[in-house]
Amino acid sequence: MSRAVRFAPLVFLLAIIAALVWRLATPVDSNVHSTLEGKPLPAFDLPPILPSKPALSSADLATGRPHLVNVFASWCVPCVTEVKVLQALKERGVPIDGIAIRDRAPDLADFLARNGDPYERIGSDSQSRVQISLGSSGVPESFVVDGKGVIRFQQIGPIEASDVPMILSKIEQAR
Amino acid sequence: MIAETGLAALWPAAGLALLQFVLMIVALRSGADVRRAMRSIAVVQGVLTLVAFAMLLIVFARSDMSVALVFENSNSAKPFIYKVAGAWGNHEGSMLMWVTILAAAGAFVALLAHRTSERTTVAALGAQAVLALGFYAFLLIASNPFARLWPAPMDGQGLNPLLQDPGLAFHPPTLYLGYVGLSVAFSFAVGALLTGEVDSRLARAMRPWVLGAWVLLTLGITAGSYWAYYELGWGGYWFWDPVENASLMPWLAATALLHSINVLAARGALKAWTMMLAVIAFSMSMVGTFLVRSGILTSVHAFAIDPQRGTFLLALLAIYVGAAFTLFAVRAPGLKEGAPFELVSRESGLVVNNLILSVVLGVVFVGTLYPLFVEAVSGEKLSVGAPYFDAVAGPLALLLAILVGIGPLIAWRRERRPVFKPLAIPALLGVTALAITIILAPGMRILPRLGFTVSAYLAAASFLPLVKRNPLRAPLATWGMVVAHFGIAVALVGMAANAAFSSERLAIAKPGDILTVGPWAVQLADVTPTAGKNWTAIEAELRASRSSGVITLAPESRFYSDPPTETSESAIRTFWNGQLYTVIGKQDVSGAWQLRLWWKPFVTLIWAGGALIAIGGALALLGRLWRLVWRPRREHDWRRERYA
Repeated sequence: MSRAVRFAPLVFLLAIIAALVWRLATPVDSNVHSTLEGKPLPAFDLPPILPSKPALSSADLATGRPHLVNVFASWCVPCVTEVKVLQALKERGVPIDGIAIRDRAPDLADFLARNGDPYERIGSDSQSRVQISLGSSGVPESFVVDGKGVIRFQQIGPIEASDVPMILSKIEQAR
Repeated sequence: MIAETGLAALWPAAGLALLQFVLMIVALRSGADVRRAMRSIAVVQGVLTLVAFAMLLIVFARSDMSVALVFENSNSAKPFIYKVAGAWGNHEGSMLMWVTILAAAGAFVALLAHRTSERTTVAALGAQAVLALGFYAFLLIASNPFARLWPAPMDGQGLNPLLQDPGLAFHPPTLYLGYVGLSVAFSFAVGALLTGEVDSRLARAMRPWVLGAWVLLTLGITAGSYWAYYELGWGGYWFWDPVENASLMPWLAATALLHSINVLAARGALKAWTMMLAVIAFSMSMVGTFLVRSGILTSVHAFAIDPQRGTFLLALLAIYVGAAFTLFAVRAPGLKEGAPFELVSRESGLVVNNLILSVVLGVVFVGTLYPLFVEAVSGEKLSVGAPYFDAVAGPLALLLAILVGIGPLIAWRRERRPVFKPLAIPALLGVTALAITIILAPGMRILPRLGFTVSAYLAAASFLPLVKRNPLRAPLATWGMVVAHFGIAVALVGMAANAAFSSERLAIAKPGDILTVGPWAVQLADVTPTAGKNWTAIEAELRASRSSGVITLAPESRFYSDPPTETSESAIRTFWNGQLYTVIGKQDVSGAWQLRLWWKPFVTLIWAGGALIAIGGALALLGRLWRLVWRPRREHDWRRERYA
């Protein structure tokens, strides 16, 4: 048995160990990145849900400045805490639009009155059609859309207070 | 006090393992006979770990929430059996179980190893002690199962309800027993490489352990496959998930070892290769444990993820396997190969068997770890799915199944008779099955079609070793081989039938609606709420009928209170020719229910085949143990005569 053959298992093992050590040492990026990042928004034109709010279409999001599009619902519990963080983002100058999923006007009005209203526009997605075309599978989710209507970032789950600097930098990058 | 007793038993056990290792070094250097001391130490060490494990079972049985592990993994509302099973349904508990089995196996080796020379036995026991030592360190430093909480909480945080199943009570212990059985083979191999006594006596001493481990791994994998099939509600029996692969890889290596060890035992050949396989088989067990416990690969199986633990396990893996491979590299040239064999011989057949199994093992290993390497090199995330494994491992498995029919017919050393003559009838059966599938199901895909062909052939060929001899006088080990090889044919039929003839129906139904799946008409009769000890559920009443008679099935969608988790409890009805598998999902806005229905012809044969394979192994083990217990003296005398 030649030397090369005898030591092959050991060398192979060391290579595997090296790869595994590397894997343990590098932090795992557990975020799921949307395949839509870098692609233009799908075209949509949602009806209004509240008389006091203008409706939302994809054309409203290609106006030259970046937007944060928040997919939410009045029946969604994490959205209650998230909306307060959105309020803070709005105070820092981030324009925020909402897509209300399977919602009813009186419930939504109540939700906004109770928790605050950071939204410029809200479109009603009563059958989740636009939500699905955005590749979003739940509420809340948020999208950073640049001035040309291209999706720059997708946040799955609520934006927490600790995410504010990250979202602000994403908005800044989208300018 | 109970938890402290458990911890107090672990420290001296670790001390004894260290002592055992030191004794081995002393004995190998000085040549002193330390076997008696070694035996007592190994036995006491085994007893101490059993005490520690018993203490863990007691704190779980009594729901002692002041123990952190119980608080995190149990709940007083849980049924008693799951409280006890909760002891090993978590990281720390399962590691304690691992070290307990390891130490207990060491004790049995010390008590039973009369076959190998004194030096090899001592070296093997030393190696076993080093293995245990690493895991003691792991338990005591990085994952103490007996840590207390102060103040004690009122109640625990429950357990993943998916794991609240009879499967949990037996699945992990079975696999662990299998893994640890392979640790004994590893220790024997290391011991024999240290002393240079790699011979047929060593193979005979190792064989019962390998057989036993292999039987338990087969059972564990078969049971795990059935558990995933009915509990996950996806209708599949194997997903090529990393955690499933983690249990398959040691099994593949053990299967190869099981066959090569016979060559070593009977002919004294394949020495280096068999030692390598013994090391690899246990390495694969450790790789499996590492993959599962470190959470390094994404999987449907969610376990505790902790980088420190992963690092610790990886360090142990690197030390043990690295040391064994180094030892192999240094000692392999000194091994004198045994009796030579010709190209057409049983030995060659087993070499081919080993080659194919090794390639399949390589395929699974690469497929499981490939995503890791791609990410290391290019940063790209990907997963290797069933299509790759099916396409590569499927044909290899079929090729192996063909050879399984031939191998046992070939004589040792050299074969002068025409080997293919007795295979005429099995081959004819295979061709007939092929013709039938072409006539009855012309659209069938190639792999299931070949699956039917090969299994028809193998079902007959597997019995050929019993032909032309009195079957009652054939050794039990031969019967075991026949049953296990027949089991492969049975499992293969189940897989082919499942792949070719399953029908699936996914539909939205309102009470009163009738859906068809395969030969069945299934009516959604009613949907009612129901409740159990720690869950509430929606239960559907399904009335299914084919030619005559109506049967009722009641799949549930369960909601567990602690922790809040939804699971689907499928309802499965087994018939002689297949299973009707039903799952109820969510209700949509219009009030209709999602229903998933499958008709899976002959799917049960997959697990029946797995069980037959395990039974075959158990028969062979019984046969070997029978000889060990009843005829040791005679064999001993024979050997003395021969070597005198």
